[in-house]
Amino acid sequence: MSAMTSSSTHTHTHTRRGRTHAVLVTAVRSVLVLFFALPIVFMLMSSLKPDQQIFADLGSWRAFLPVGEISAANYAGVFDRVPFARFLLNSVVISGLTVALGILVNSMAAFALARLRWRGRGLVLGLVLATLIVPFETLALPLLWWVNKLPSFEADGFTLAFKQGWLDTYQVQIVPFVANAFALYLFYQYFDSIPRELDEAARIDGAGWFAIYRRVVMPLSGPAIATVAILTFLPAWNSYLWPLMVVQSEELRPVMIGLQYFFQLDTSWGQVMAYSSLITIPVVALFLAFQRSFINSIASSGVKG
Amino acid sequence: MASTTLNPPPAPVSGGPRSAPRRTRARAGEATAAAWMISPALALFLVFLIVPIVLAFALAFTNARLISPNPPEFTGLDNFALLVTDPVFWASVRNTFYFAVVVVPVQAGLALLLAVLVNAKVRGTRFFRTVYFLPVVTSMVVVSLLWRFMYEDDGLINKLLQALTLGRFTPVDWLNDPDWALPAIMLMSVWQGVGFTMIIWLAGLQTIPAELYEASELDGAGTWQQFRYVTWPGLLQTRTFILVTITIAAFSLFTQISVMTQGGPLDSTTTVVYQAVRSGYEQLQTGYASAISLVFFLMVLTVSLVQRRLSRERG
Repeated sequence: MSAMTSSSTHTHTHTRRGRTHAVLVTAVRSVLVLFFALPIVFMLMSSLKPDQQIFADLGSWRAFLPVGEISAANYAGVFDRVPFARFLLNSVVISGLTVALGILVNSMAAFALARLRWRGRGLVLGLVLATLIVPFETLALPLLWWVNKLPSFEADGFTLAFKQGWLDTYQVQIVPFVANAFALYLFYQYFDSIPRELDEAARIDGAGWFAIYRRVVMPLSGPAIATVAILTFLPAWNSYLWPLMVVQSEELRPVMIGLQYFFQLDTSWGQVMAYSSLITIPVVALFLAFQRSFINSIASSGVKG
Repeated sequence: MASTTLNPPPAPVSGGPRSAPRRTRARAGEATAAAWMISPALALFLVFLIVPIVLAFALAFTNARLISPNPPEFTGLDNFALLVTDPVFWASVRNTFYFAVVVVPVQAGLALLLAVLVNAKVRGTRFFRTVYFLPVVTSMVVVSLLWRFMYEDDGLINKLLQALTLGRFTPVDWLNDPDWALPAIMLMSVWQGVGFTMIIWLAGLQTIPAELYEASELDGAGTWQQFRYVTWPGLLQTRTFILVTITIAAFSLFTQISVMTQGGPLDSTTTVVYQAVRSGYEQLQTGYASAISLVFFLMVLTVSLVQRRLSRERG
């Protein structure tokens, strides 16, 4: 009897403790939601308001609400001020090609390192991993000097003209970022975990190594491909320092550089917020659609570290 | 061998003298295949990673300029002599360390708090995780512009602080005040980056077996004791990884400075990377910029080696 009473009081205190715990957790979580969400809400709401009203609303909760003179005028202004469709196309082409070529090149190299036996592969893997601690910023300036010396060909009608330097091209925004030590390493780890008996079975059926890569290993590597796609897409889309240095022509500029246009003459903050929203919404939409992959990809980058 | 019996090859395997050359041929085929498959990546690494690394070292000892008809000339340690006498360079080193020393622990700590909160078995986890992560998918350029607007003299932050304190708060011109400009950028950088770190902590938290928590609960451990004796030791590997990655990211501070303050006011926000870009790109002095990059590279290398050593010793 006494045993029963004591156990029931125990559960009682336990649930009460559990409930206060839940309330506390939800309260702290909610305060933090304000901290993280309000700046973004402010950006979206301001993009819908004329400048005068943005400033008038700053001191109150109206800054975070779609109240007052709401219109799409800032968005219309953005399209007048910058060739937005062109910038968007450039960014889609640049980040799309960087991601696609990166998946191909890095997964093939990782396959050779993880599943084929040859002398020196340990050394090559070690060297690739050692470059992971070199931040791109340290290489940006020597790389800028160097790409300016590289030969390039320019299509001029039907003839290819030789030209020195890669500055002001698409390829300078894509090719240097295709081979990626981090992506290679993620593929390597994943390929290493796929049973090798599959290769042997395919070998006996007469498959060559490239066929094994393409028909056996890659189809099993969906999660690794998603991880690499996401982790190489974000920096490609957000890239700013590099295009700032290497691109002069308007028709080659990516979306991030377009922000500069709004600070040349009279700055309209409403338009800045509208443009910022326009270039943020596609990535946020991708994130919300593939949230599980996003979270898993970042998580997987850390665990093995 | 088991697979041979299941799926017999066209030619019978007779063992003995025939199988040895066969295996070597297979090995050679494997090496050739490997060479073909790895060469695109290696060629790209060579041209766009190894060459720039070598160049960063080599050009640092020359007077190379970005656009110049003359080939670079060897100038010995001139660039470095110029560097150590440049007060702006020393300001940039100080600011870079100041930024890293504050941002690394604050971002790691706040991210751990967020991860523990999100990991708690309380309803709404997915929603909260999503919101905390939103700044990460917002580009740093956009974030910097947005906060630059919010930090203005008569901007959102001053106005809200005034409203919340019923007018007792004296507005601060955050980005134009040498004492406040860098702290303001720190706050914004943590806001943007902490969601990323949170996810890495979360992944680490989920590798800790639930039985450990159940066992410690039976032993009567409170929330804090559980954290101290179960969670914290379980996160050793994650801790090292987070420390090294946030530190490298903090040292590389550039975009925020370029968009928000251009190093000012009074060089109070200039950083090593910002100085390298300014001299290499705006002033076209590739040699001098390479010298700064080289110093920066050595800084990052030293700090990450020290961190690895320290965390290994403690672990």
